[in-house]
Amino acid sequence: MNRTVYLDNNATTMVDPEVLEEMLPFLKERYGNPSSMHDFGGDVARDLERARMRVAELLGAENDYEIVFTGCGTESDNLAILGTLAYFRDRRHIITSKVEHPAVLNLYRKLEREGYRASYVPVDRDGKLDMEFLKKSLGDDTALVSIMHANNETGVIFPVEEIGRLCRERGVPYHIDGVQAAGKIPIDVKKIQCDLYSISGHKFHAPKGMGVLYIRRGTRIRPLMYGGHQERGRRPGTENVPGIVAMGKAAELALQNLPAEERVRALRDRLESGILARFSNVQLNGAKDARVPNTTNVGFEYIEGEAILLYLNEKGIAASSGSACSSGSLEPSHVLRAMGVPFTAAHGSIRFSLSRFTTGEEVDYTISALPEIIDRLLEISPFWDSATKQCRPVTI
Amino acid sequence: MWDYTDKVKDLYKHPKNVGTIDNADAVGEVGSIVCGDALTLYLKIEDNIIKDAKFQTFGCGSAIASSSALTEMIIGRTVEEAEKITNRDIADYLGGLPEQKMHCSVMGREALEKALADWRGEEVAPHEETEGDVICQCFGVTDPLIRKVIRENNLKTVEDVTNYTKAGGACGSCIPKIEDILNEELKKQPASAGAEVKKEKLPLSNIKRMQLVEETISDVVRPILQKDGGNIELVDIDGKKVMVALRGACANCLVSDVTLKNLVQEKLREFVEDDIEVIEVR
Ligand code: FES
Repeated sequence: MNRTVYLDNNATTMVDPEVLEEMLPFLKERYGNPSSMHDFGGDVARDLERARMRVAELLGAENDYEIVFTGCGTESDNLAILGTLAYFRDRRHIITSKVEHPAVLNLYRKLEREGYRASYVPVDRDGKLDMEFLKKSLGDDTALVSIMHANNETGVIFPVEEIGRLCRERGVPYHIDGVQAAGKIPIDVKKIQCDLYSISGHKFHAPKGMGVLYIRRGTRIRPLMYGGHQERGRRPGTENVPGIVAMGKAAELALQNLPAEERVRALRDRLESGILARFSNVQLNGAKDARVPNTTNVGFEYIEGEAILLYLNEKGIAASSGSACSSGSLEPSHVLRAMGVPFTAAHGSIRFSLSRFTTGEEVDYTISALPEIIDRLLEISPFWDSATKQCRPVTI
Repeated sequence: MWDYTDKVKDLYKHPKNVGTIDNADAVGEVGSIVCGDALTLYLKIEDNIIKDAKFQTFGCGSAIASSSALTEMIIGRTVEEAEKITNRDIADYLGGLPEQKMHCSVMGREALEKALADWRGEEVAPHEETEGDVICQCFGVTDPLIRKVIRENNLKTVEDVTNYTKAGGACGSCIPKIEDILNEELKKQPASAGAEVKKEKLPLSNIKRMQLVEETISDVVRPILQKDGGNIELVDIDGKKVMVALRGACANCLVSDVTLKNLVQEKLREFVEDDIEVIEVR
C-alpha cells in the first residue's frame, strides 16, 4: 500500500495549495528587488507590506512595522534573545523554562558559559510551568524572560498572560517562542503584554525558510546583523520575497481557519482516546486540558519509540518519537524528562500532530494500525510477559 | 531517518528467533529500561554446539536487527566459535550500522558473553554495570566495557565511545572521565612507548588519583599478594600519601617492609604517579 498518513505537523506542514499559488509569480516573472527605485521592483514592495499586515493581524499586533521577517523560527528566537541582551548589557540574569525548544535552550546554555546566570523554570508531571518558581526568580538583574507559548512535544499551553503581567510589573523584557502556537490557537500580543514573539512559517502551511519576530513598538533591541535598511535595520539583507508573500498568505489562511481547529481537536481526541482505550501499557504525556488542539503525546511502556516509528512508517504513517534514537541523541526528550515521565514510558513516547488537512479516515486508519505494531513489539520486549499480558518486574 | 542497510531493515521488520527458550542452558541479560536498550539472549547448548538461540529486546530498529543477526550467526556454531564473534562481526553481517548505532552491536556481543559465562557456571551479575566502576551514570556503562570497546574497535574520540556504548550521550558529565580512559588506552597502543609516556602525564586531580590508586590496588597489587595468602586494605589517601594495612599472611611477614616499598609503592608509582608514597598503618 502506497499511502502516507502525515501526523508529524509539529515538525513541519505541507504548503497549502493557495499559498503556493500566491507565491509562484514571485518565483517567476515578479522577481524585482523591493528596494529598487523602478516600478518593476517597487511594486513588489507593496506585496511585502501586504504580507506584513497579514502577519500583524494573525498576531494581534498594533502596527505592521512591529513585524520583522527573518529566516526561520530559530533566527527569530536568537534575534529576540541576543538582541535584548545586547541592549541591557549590565543585567546578567536570564530566565527560561526547562522544556524549551533547542533554539532557546542551547542559546541559554551558551550564554551561561559566557557568564550569565540562567534560571530554568521546572514543569510538573502534566508539563505545566511552576509559576511560583518563575515569580521567585524574577529580580532586578533579570534581563529577559523567554518562555514558549505552547510546547512542541506535548502541546501544553503556558500561561503567557500571567507571565506577561509579572514581567510588566517588574519591568523585565518578555519574549515568547510562539512557533507551536501560531495557527493553532488565537494569539493577541497586546493582551499577552509581551515584547517579542517568534513564529515560523512552515509550521502553518508556508514553505520552510521563513520566520517572523514581532517586536513591540519601543522595545529595546539591537540587530544581530548589520547591513542595509531592510526591516528597519533590525534584520538587514534582501528580503526573501516569495517566502514573505507565502508567509503572509499562510497567516491569513491560518487566521481564517482558526475556527476549524475545533475539528482538528475533535480528530485529535478521537485518535487519543482510541489509543488510550485500546492499550493497557500507554499513558498520556501532558495536561489534558490546556493543550493546542492538534497535538497528542502518548508513552507506550516497555517498548522503544524508534521501533514503533519504523513500524508505523512501514504502514505509511509518519509520526515522531520523544525517545532517543530518532532524534540522533541518545536520551529521552528533555521535555519528558523534565516532566518526570518514568523511563519505562519515556523511551516509548510517540507524538502525533495533526493539521487541518488531516482526515477522520486517516485517524481511524492509524488507530487500527497500532495494535499489530504494539503487540508485536511487546512480544519482543524482555520487560513484557506475553503470556500473562503483564509487565515483568523491571530493575531500574 | 537513519540510513539503514536493507539487511537491517529486513531484520527489524521480520526479526528471526524472537522469544524465550524454556529450560534454556544459558541466559545472557544486558542493558536496562533506563538506558533505553536491553537484550536478553537464551541459548540451548548440546555437546558444545549452540543448537538454538532466541532473544527479546527493548530497543530501536538496529537493536532488533543486531539481536536477530546475532542469533542467526551463532546457531549451529560451537561455543568456541561463537566466543570469537565481535561486535564488528555483527555489524558486518548487517552490512554496517550507522556509527551512532554501533552500541546495538556491542550490546549483542555483551549478551553473548554473559550467556556463555552463565553456561560455564561462572558467577553472572545481572547487569554488566555491576562489574567495574560505573563511568557513565546515565547509561550505566562501566570502565572495563569502555576500555574493551576502545581496544576492539580502535576508537579514537569520545564521540566514537558514545556511538559504541552510549556513554556520554545524555547529560555528558562523564565525558571528562571517558576522555581520561581514552587517553590511557591510546597511550597503551604503541607498545614501546609505555614507560616514557607515563612521565608525560598531566598532573592528576585528587579524585582521579584516588580512583587510580584504588584500581591499581585491587586489580594489580591485591591479586599478587593473594597468591601468597596475603591481602591488603586501603585505609586512606591523603594527597600523594597512601595509607595501607597489610592483612592475612603479609601482616605477620618479616619482610613486609620490602613488600610495601618494592611491590605496593612500585606498582602505584608505575600506574598512578611517580612520587606516590606508601605508608603502613596497623
Ligand atoms: S553520566 Fe554519562 S551521559 Fe550522563
